[in-house]
Amino acid sequence: MRRLEPAAITGVMSREVANFRTFWKATTFSSVLEPIIYLLAFGVGLGSTIVNKVNGLDYVEFVGTGMVATAVIFSSALPAMFGTFVKHRFQNTYDAILAAPVDVEELVTAEMLWIGIRAGFYGCFPLLVAMAFGLDPAPGMLLVPFYCLITALAFAAFGIAVAGTVSKIDQFSYVTTLFVTPLFLVAGTFFPIDQLPEGLQIAAELNPLHHLVELVRHASFGLEATDVLRVAVLIALATALWRLAVQRMTARLID
Amino acid sequence: MAAIDLKGVVKRFGSITAVDGLDLEVPRGICLGLLGPNGAGKSTTMRILTGQAIADEGEIRVLDHELPREAKEARAEMGVVPQLDNLDIDVTVEDNLAVFARLYRVKDVQGAVERGLDLARLQARRRDEVDKLSGGMRRRLLLARGLVHEPPLMLLDEPTVGLDPQIRTELWSLIDALRSRGTTILMSTHYIEEAERLADEVAVMAHGKIVARGRPSELIAQHAGRETAEVYAPPDRLAEVRANAEEHGLRVRPAGPAIAIVGAERATDGAVPPDAIRRAASLEDVFVMLTGEEAE
Repeated sequence: MRRLEPAAITGVMSREVANFRTFWKATTFSSVLEPIIYLLAFGVGLGSTIVNKVNGLDYVEFVGTGMVATAVIFSSALPAMFGTFVKHRFQNTYDAILAAPVDVEELVTAEMLWIGIRAGFYGCFPLLVAMAFGLDPAPGMLLVPFYCLITALAFAAFGIAVAGTVSKIDQFSYVTTLFVTPLFLVAGTFFPIDQLPEGLQIAAELNPLHHLVELVRHASFGLEATDVLRVAVLIALATALWRLAVQRMTARLID
Repeated sequence: MAAIDLKGVVKRFGSITAVDGLDLEVPRGICLGLLGPNGAGKSTTMRILTGQAIADEGEIRVLDHELPREAKEARAEMGVVPQLDNLDIDVTVEDNLAVFARLYRVKDVQGAVERGLDLARLQARRRDEVDKLSGGMRRRLLLARGLVHEPPLMLLDEPTVGLDPQIRTELWSLIDALRSRGTTILMSTHYIEEAERLADEVAVMAHGKIVARGRPSELIAQHAGRETAEVYAPPDRLAEVRANAEEHGLRVRPAGPAIAIVGAERATDGAVPPDAIRRAASLEDVFVMLTGEEAE
């Protein structure tokens, strides 16, 4: 049998779909409500009292487009970390799957793809909510699901690799505090990074989530030539993290 | 060609050798019971056969596939019933079967689901979440899931561990039906009765290797003779009886609150006390004599 068989990957994904059918309402509810709350708090609250315009954009537009990245990281990295760990350690799901003609590479790829597709879909919700708050639709926005997908794939792979490395579920606290939260805060979602000190600006430029924020804003307000480079960076990152996730999960699942 | 052929297989976990030069051949069409105490290496052997553990040494062939290189091909032709329930509990019974039909590349997924529901006798519960099923129903579903692609080889890893006697008997009927159809079965267990009831042959495993193998009646005749005498008494007297029997060249094993004098038919005058309870030798006698562990 050859590597990365589509039948094995879709088989694993069909398991995810069957499970997702049992909790999609809760996921959709929070995916719709969370950006509304954020936009009311930051966009309307802050925008009408302290901040009016940012880089020429209404603050609601600035935050609404930036929040796509927030939705993507929280619906990819965290489910990948916790979901993978729970399926491996507590539910023994992977033992069942790996007893079928599926190898670890196919398992990780399928999990990544499913989380990526799901996060790519739900990542667009803040944009739709922002439109209800006054953001004008633009043709470039059709690229946003693709941008969300490649970023979500990278963070899904990151989450799976972390789950394949930690020995206890409590250790995720280190990862969320040291990596996820800083990435989320210094992505240019709630404030522009060009007003940060130079060191932090450089750090933000290395932040994949910042690339997504920029891509979504450019898709909404005008595409730029650098977008191709940003997409290439995100694809390269997703590929590298995919291989890392396969390596970590192989070490974890095969004795 | 045997369905399973292991030669000199070794698997180490750090300083612990879980499987220690294991030689095991399972001919096609038989049910082989792999009987051994906890920690004997049975589950590790099962994981080696599915490619989920990679042996440090030895040769492994499963259904003519060389492992670990062709583990995926071998898995496509075998079904596995795990020791731990790993069903998707929030998903319906039929979806659990359908997912595995897809993983095993079954062309007629719906047909496989219907067959599985019939086998597990869960047609009426097909749309229920697994979480709502009883323990016995879940075990039947696990077995049906392993058979969703009608494999010629089944690996059953402690298939009835932790189940109450009624459910265990129910599962034995299902496994027996499978054996009658000609499916090759390798079943690890530490239940003596399970091995006696289902296995054509039994391989006793201890400390990572096979220490005896044969039909249950052959193993009993070879290792325990015809008769066992059990003596129930206070500890001091049991010690005296034991010493006396051993002086007469008989083997003695612990049997819960009693001792069992094995091969009692060979006892000379005075070797077995008159109040001993004589019974036919059993596979349990063989198991305890060979592994040094109390049977379940």
